[in-house]
Amino acid sequence: MSSSEDQALAGAIFEETALLTVKDLSRMCAVDERHIVEFVEEGVLSVVEIDTAEWHFTGAALRRARLALRLERDLELNLAGVALALELMEELHALRRELHTRR
Amino acid sequence: MQYKDYYEVLGVARGAEAEAVKRAYRKLARKYHPDVSKEKNAESKFKEVQEAYEVLRDPEKRAAYDQLGQGHAAGQDFRPPPDWGAGFEFSGAGAGDSAAYSDFFESLFGARARSGSGNGRGAFHPGRGEDHHAKVLLDLDATLRGGARQLTLRVPEIDAEGRLVSKERVLNVQVPKGILAGQHIRLAGQGARVPGEGTPGDLFIEVEFLPHSLYRADGRDLYLDLPVAPWEAALGATVKTPTPAGTVDLKIPAGSHAGGKLRLKGRGIPAAPPGDLYVVLQIALPAAGDEKAKAAYAALAAALPFNPRANLGV
Repeated sequence: MSSSEDQALAGAIFEETALLTVKDLSRMCAVDERHIVEFVEEGVLSVVEIDTAEWHFTGAALRRARLALRLERDLELNLAGVALALELMEELHALRRELHTRR
Repeated sequence: MQYKDYYEVLGVARGAEAEAVKRAYRKLARKYHPDVSKEKNAESKFKEVQEAYEVLRDPEKRAAYDQLGQGHAAGQDFRPPPDWGAGFEFSGAGAGDSAAYSDFFESLFGARARSGSGNGRGAFHPGRGEDHHAKVLLDLDATLRGGARQLTLRVPEIDAEGRLVSKERVLNVQVPKGILAGQHIRLAGQGARVPGEGTPGDLFIEVEFLPHSLYRADGRDLYLDLPVAPWEAALGATVKTPTPAGTVDLKIPAGSHAGGKLRLKGRGIPAAPPGDLYVVLQIALPAAGDEKAKAAYAALAAALPFNPRANLGV
């Protein structure tokens, strides 16, 4: 292929490989680890059931955590409000998908 | 530089109480927040609202801003007075984003006044640069075939004067084949650098897709509207259909109807596992443009006792 293709930065699909710890998420989102733990306690993030003492998340948790942080900060919501907003947004998204695939 | 009327942006009176400012902000934030809003220009509108709130929520900044006087109209050319800011100390707290505010804001309060996210991060993870996040719109072909794309990102940077500015950064990135909307390309070491021996952060690029001329993406699946002739749907036929991997022969079962879906397994986005391609049938009617066509329709009408409105009770 062209030479520009040779020089292109190669990136991996983050979600396919990532299994994240609380520490990873805290670093990627630039928040305190305590904040990530609160997200789990409020049901904003869910942990993967694997056989270790430490909590793990799928890569998809990164997007969700960042969205939750934006809502929390920008709309001045408390954690329960964030959790509710996320649930309603998911429902809206599912409805839009249905509409979109039926067209 | 243009003067900004922060009261006008939030739609509150100059003398508005702190509570009223907060209420106005929250209402506008819910309306224009890019994650929840379907309004046009939601993002730029939200930035404006956020900037106005950053100033009016903070008693020090608000007092300083008020001191500029009321002789300015929004959009009017503006220079801060030479002695401006004397006697005020902007500590800044609360909302903030890594994207740059207007020149007006920066000239009045400076970048250090903003309460950025992430600046305190060094405390948690010393010696490692911040991770950067960006979002790009890609053509669907990028994931169907993979390949290099020039991506233009806006990234926050500290300039020579120590101000936080938003800079354009052009990167040539190999898009991984099979990436889905909402997923991230992770570029290790392309985030913020740290002086000395520290490890640079990573760059996370969130992917969304532009509309495609043929396919609609839904997760890993693709949808394609395929027009068929009435007799192809009624009698069954084998027709050519495009797929991302090339044209294939598709068997339309006899008795198909409009809106019927045919699934081509594994012909969707080539992710792991690959998605499916759903072909949604549409019945295309030939025009009754000439005598021959009219006669054919008339013959069909005569041959078939057919009431398409039977379900409507008429």
